[in-house]
Amino acid sequence: MDRLPRETGEPPKVHYLNADYGIRSWLLTTDHKRIGILYLISITVFFAIGGLMAVLIRMELATPEGDLFQSDMYNRLFTMHGIMMIFYFLIPSIPAVLGNFLIPIMVGARDLAFPRLNLLSWYIFNIAGVFTIWALVHGGVDTGWTFYTPYSTRYSNTHVVATGLGIFIAGFSSILTGLNFVVTIHRMRAPGLTWFRLPLFVWSLYATSLIIILGTPVLAVTVLLLAAERVFGIGIFDPSLGGDPLLFQHLFWFYSHPAVYIMVLPAMGVVSEIVPAFARKKIFGYRFIAYSSVALAVLGFLVWAHHMFVAGMSIYAAAVFSALSMLVAVPSAIKVFNWTATLYQGAISWETPMLYALGFIGLFTMGGLTGVMLATLGIDVHVHDTYFIIAHFHYIMVGGAIMGYLGGLHYWWPKITGKLYPRFWSRISAMVIFIGFNVTFFPQFILGYLGMPRRYHVYPPEFQVLNVMSSAGATILGVGYLIPLIYFIWSMRYGPHASSNPWGVVGLEWETTSPPPTENFETTPVVTRGPYEYTHAEETAGAR
Amino acid sequence: MHADAASSAAAVAASGHAGAARAHHFDSPVQQREAATLGMWVFLVTEIMFFGGLFLAYVIYRSTFPHAFAAASHELDIVLGTTNTAVLIASSLTMALAVRSAQLGRRLSVILCLILTMALGAVFLGIKAYEYHHKFVEGLVPGAGFHFPGPEAPHAAMFFCLYFGLTGLHALHMIVGEGVLTVMLVMGAKGRFGPQYHNPIECAGLYWHFVDIVWIFLFPLLYLIGRHG
Repeated sequence: MDRLPRETGEPPKVHYLNADYGIRSWLLTTDHKRIGILYLISITVFFAIGGLMAVLIRMELATPEGDLFQSDMYNRLFTMHGIMMIFYFLIPSIPAVLGNFLIPIMVGARDLAFPRLNLLSWYIFNIAGVFTIWALVHGGVDTGWTFYTPYSTRYSNTHVVATGLGIFIAGFSSILTGLNFVVTIHRMRAPGLTWFRLPLFVWSLYATSLIIILGTPVLAVTVLLLAAERVFGIGIFDPSLGGDPLLFQHLFWFYSHPAVYIMVLPAMGVVSEIVPAFARKKIFGYRFIAYSSVALAVLGFLVWAHHMFVAGMSIYAAAVFSALSMLVAVPSAIKVFNWTATLYQGAISWETPMLYALGFIGLFTMGGLTGVMLATLGIDVHVHDTYFIIAHFHYIMVGGAIMGYLGGLHYWWPKITGKLYPRFWSRISAMVIFIGFNVTFFPQFILGYLGMPRRYHVYPPEFQVLNVMSSAGATILGVGYLIPLIYFIWSMRYGPHASSNPWGVVGLEWETTSPPPTENFETTPVVTRGPYEYTHAEETAGAR
Repeated sequence: MHADAASSAAAVAASGHAGAARAHHFDSPVQQREAATLGMWVFLVTEIMFFGGLFLAYVIYRSTFPHAFAAASHELDIVLGTTNTAVLIASSLTMALAVRSAQLGRRLSVILCLILTMALGAVFLGIKAYEYHHKFVEGLVPGAGFHFPGPEAPHAAMFFCLYFGLTGLHALHMIVGEGVLTVMLVMGAKGRFGPQYHNPIECAGLYWHFVDIVWIFLFPLLYLIGRHG
């Protein structure tokens, strides 16, 4: 089979990027596509800050002694790394950038249901970021991103309240995005676009939005209580006044465990788009994948206490949470099996998005399987708070969510910007990231299993070889992230024009121009078939 | 034939009229109204989850320290609490009437009902402020000046923390509601609402009723349980 047509085309005369010029037209825009780009810029900045923290952490851990930092500084580094990456990068990443851009187009609408709320969410997000960066500049926080009490309420001398306030505010931005998606998907679908004709990306973001709507307010009230406890000493989490620190952990993980699905479900949605596109095949088990997204959203709310097996919970409660946590493997496996079955006998092409998607499937499977290990009580007690946990959740969040995010960005970049990026370098970046990721995080499984605890900047000398491997891998990973940054920026100016459908795939977003007009479609599309009808696409391509 | 043309002209005129209030990205006023209503309900779900965290804390500590909570609950003024409940329910009635008047396009009635609703809301907030003041004078505000007879003072303090947290957040929502109703009053006075267009006041109504319902839960939990013991 010939290489995929990376055909270049004449750009449309007027599209959403040149419909209006000037800084005001961007800062006051209500166009979901422009807001997606605003989010892209914001989260890239936050990712860079969080990434810088990771660089410093890995530098420190290259040797067993504490050469660069004292414990105090190191605590602030990993705390800020976690907060930046989770609340300011991973949670908004795919929903706020790709979801914002794509959901209205995929449902055949002119915009999200509430365009002004959408813009407001971006401003709220940045205000929240300013709080956190303020706290960072003025000395940071050292509680870990989990803010466990009583340390965060009584003992820490760092900016817990400012950072907490930032997270509180960021929650509103998340809620507005989720609310907008739910209403848009329910009420704005084009004629003929029934629920089971929706692309699976939309299904996964629908499930994600449900989690955001149900979970985020609980985090908000938890952070408020934490701040009240710290400022006024109200005693709600303080045992000496009759309070219970476990209540904080329950409330915190009630949001923060489902938050993992906020990060990974959208990536699964991206992979569900990319895999059929580059296997040139209808996706296998559409309904199973759709329902498994919803199942993950539901199950995600029933497993939070598996973070607390060693926190002093009843053994019976722990057993129930352990069993429920293992159930999460079922919908996850449904997805992986269905993607694999889609690949089977497909006409696979190794385009960049496909490399990222395949990387996602492998790394997510690793992260998921170690998750089942961790759900068992015995193993969890053994490896709790070790690098095994760190490796496990980085396989899900970095290997999973970020691979999915980058895969999606590569897949839809020609649509978003109307430009093509270099094929060679983009495929190199996918490989470098995959290799760098594994070299960074696989050794951490071993380190954790051998007993190296997380959150310490010194360690016994026998762990050095694996730590040096990990730090070396992090360097490779960092280079891998820089390559796309460079060619994406390059492509915006020098990249060849992309045609409306550079991959030759199906989907409503590929039926409009690249970049799309402000109103997305010249006339509201009427949908008559499912999202992955590949035989049909080839016929029409042949007819042309 | 003639009747047909007349009715289609009327339809065009009606859609043109509705189009004035319709945002560009909606296909029809019906779609816009459904989107707005669903959005409001989803927002209220987030509010329920938000209050839910505090209610959970209340339930846990109430069952852990039942005696301290019952004793502390006796310090609340049941007459003022009951009055406020009645005031708030009355305000929900006038709010519902305001929405109905807007749907029927009765401008004066909208204005009157909204002013009544806002006045009742203000009465509620006034009584609440008086209660807060009273608690402050009696030394029942948790903190340095807190004093409560008996060995369970810290647990009673917990009750008052939850009392001030829950009613404080509720009052904050009332204040926001007064602001929203002010906007509705201005829109109503300008005659913006009619049979074709009334989403904003409907959504404001949903919000007001929600805040009311939160109080319907708060009142028995804070004032009534344990009182008959």
